[in-house]
Amino acid sequence: MITLEGVTKVYHMGHVEVRALKGITLHVQDGEFLAIMGASGSGKSTLMNIIGCLDQPTEGHYILDGVDVAGLNDDELAWIRNRKIGFVFQSFNLIPRSTALHNVEMPLIYAGEGAQRRERALEALRLVGLADRAGHQPTELSGGQQQRVAIARALVTDPAILLADEPTGNLDSAASVEIMRLLADLHQQGRTIVLITHEQDIAAFADRIVRLRDGLVLSDERRETPMETRA
Amino acid sequence: MNLVEAIRLAFSGLMGNRLRSGLTMLGILIGVGAVILLVAVGNGASASVQSSIQGLGSNLITVSPSNLRVGGVQQGFGTGNTLTMQDVTALKDKTVAPDVVTAIPNVNGRAQVTYGNQNWNTSLSGTTEQFPQVRNYQLAEGQFFSAADVQAQRKVAVLGPTVVQNLFGGQDPLGQTLKINRQIFRVVGVFQSKGSSGFTNQDDLVAMPITTAWAFLLGGHNVQAIYVEAASSQATQSAESEVTQVLLNQHHISTVANADFQLQSQADVLTTASQVTGTLTLLLGAIAAISLVVGGIGIMNIMLVTVTERTREIGIRKAIGARRRDVLLQFLIESMFLSAVGGALGILVGTLGSSLLGRLVSSLHPLVSVSSIVLAFGVSLGIGLFFGIYPANRAARLHPIEALRYE
Repeated sequence: MITLEGVTKVYHMGHVEVRALKGITLHVQDGEFLAIMGASGSGKSTLMNIIGCLDQPTEGHYILDGVDVAGLNDDELAWIRNRKIGFVFQSFNLIPRSTALHNVEMPLIYAGEGAQRRERALEALRLVGLADRAGHQPTELSGGQQQRVAIARALVTDPAILLADEPTGNLDSAASVEIMRLLADLHQQGRTIVLITHEQDIAAFADRIVRLRDGLVLSDERRETPMETRA
Repeated sequence: MNLVEAIRLAFSGLMGNRLRSGLTMLGILIGVGAVILLVAVGNGASASVQSSIQGLGSNLITVSPSNLRVGGVQQGFGTGNTLTMQDVTALKDKTVAPDVVTAIPNVNGRAQVTYGNQNWNTSLSGTTEQFPQVRNYQLAEGQFFSAADVQAQRKVAVLGPTVVQNLFGGQDPLGQTLKINRQIFRVVGVFQSKGSSGFTNQDDLVAMPITTAWAFLLGGHNVQAIYVEAASSQATQSAESEVTQVLLNQHHISTVANADFQLQSQADVLTTASQVTGTLTLLLGAIAAISLVVGGIGIMNIMLVTVTERTREIGIRKAIGARRRDVLLQFLIESMFLSAVGGALGILVGTLGSSLLGRLVSSLHPLVSVSSIVLAFGVSLGIGLFFGIYPANRAARLHPIEALRYE
C-alpha cells in the first residue's frame, strides 16, 4: 500500500539547511492502523506532508497504491490527493459558510463527479452518524461533530488511506474518544489509517506504532492487543 | 470541475461578503454608467448641432459672385455682379447637372415694413416659387407665391414669424395688405418658425417674387446669389463640380482659378461640426473611461484582499484535490462576476440617468447609443478578467502546506 524508501527532506531557510527527514524507510500494509509518534521537531509533520502528497521528498521513493509519487507535477499530486488520500486535520479545516453536506461534496466536485454526488455525500455523513446535520454550517456544529464531518469528507472519495494529523488535538477528552472510536470502527471495516499524534493514549488505538526522533525511525512496534479490542 | 460548479462556488464566495462585493461592484457601476451617460450627452449635442445645420438644408449649395476688385482694392464678399437668370436656367438642365435638383435666384436687401401704426425693419428676399423647397422652409398658413405671381410681377409677400409677431400682434395677417418701402403688398402666406441658424434669425424675413423686387424695390436685373439644391447631402460634392462646370461654360471662363463666382455648401459646415462634436464625445467618453479603470483597480484590490483572507480555505481546497486551474477559475469567475453585475447595473443607471437628465435639463438631449452600451459592458468584463488574473493566479500558485498553515 505505502512504501517509503530512504526518504529524506531538506529545507532551506535562508542560508541554513534543515534536514527534517534523514532517511525513512517504512512499509504500511493494506488495512493497517498505524500511528506515527514523536516530539515536535522529530519530523513527523514533514513525514505526514510527504505521505499526504502535499510535499515531495528531496531524495528517496514514495510509492502509494502502486504509483511512485516522486516527480509528479502539482496537478498530478492534486489528483492523487483527491482520489487516494483522505485528510483529517487537527483544526478540522472545513470550508466556512458552507453546509456540512457541501463540505463533504467538495472532493467529489473536484473529482468531476456529477451524478451521484449528493447521495454519496449523504452516505458518508450517515457513516459518521451526522446525516441529520447535513444542512448545518460548521459554526453550528460542535468540535466533535465538525471533526466527524471532516472524516466524512475524507471518506467520500473512497481513498486508499485515511491520513489523520492530530485529529483529537482540538477536542476535549470525551469527543476525542468518540473520534478515535469512529476511526477504530473504520479500521475494523478494512480502512488503512495513518495517524499522527504525540499522545500515548491516542496512539494506543492503533495496532502499530512508529516512533520518530530527529528525522529517523526510532522504533516500530506492533501491538497484539490494541485498545479497540479491549474496550 | 465544470463551469456551473465554478460559478456556484464563486457566487457563494461573493455572498459571504456582501457589503464588500456590493461596494466593489459600485466602482464598476459608476464607471460603466458614466461612460454611457457622458457619451449619450456628447451624442445628443452632436445630433442637435447636426440637425440644426441640416435645418439650413444640408444639400444646399450657395453660389455667390466673386468679390469685386475696384482699382486693386478687394471689396466685400459677393460684391460682384456676374450671376444672371440665364445661369439659373442653365443649372436646371439635368443633362449637364444630373445631381442638381433645382436652382433658385435670390436678391436681398433691407426693407421697412409697415402695417397700420406698426413698422418693422426686416430682411427682404426676392426669389422664385421653389424657395421653400430649396431653403427648407415650411408654411404655417396660406401658401407660397406661385410661378404665375413671379411671371406677372405681383406684389405678394410671405412673412417670417418674427415679422408677423412685430406687426400684427395677435391678428391674422393672411389676406391683409401692408407697405414695404411704401409699396402695397398682399400677405399670401406665413412661414413656420425655423429658429436661429447660429448667426442670423431665419424667421425675420419677407419673401416676394424676384421680378417684383426688381421692378418695385431694388431695381436692376442682377442675381445676388443662386441657391442650388443637390439630390442628397452625399451628392453635394459632385453637384458642386457640375455647378462649377456649368457656370464656367456660361461665363466663358476656361479655368477654375479665374472663376467669377464662388461656391459654399452646408456639407462643409456639417463636416466641421461633426468633427468638433465627435471630439467632444470622445473627450467625455475618455474621462468616463478613467473611472471605469479605477473601478477595475478596485476589483483587483478587493480580490487580492479576498485571496489573502481565504488563504487557508485555498489550502483546504488544494489538500482535497483542487487543481491550479480549479482555484484560478473560481477567483477569476468571482472577479468577472463583480464586473459583469456592476456593468449590467451601470447600463441600467446610465440609461435611466440619461433620460432623467434629458427631462431635467431641457437644453440637453442625451442620446444613448447601443455601441456605447456594448463597448462599456465589454470593457467592464475585460477589466474583470484583466484585473482578476493576477489575484487569481496568486491564489492558484499558493503552496498547500503554507496555505494550510496560514492563520
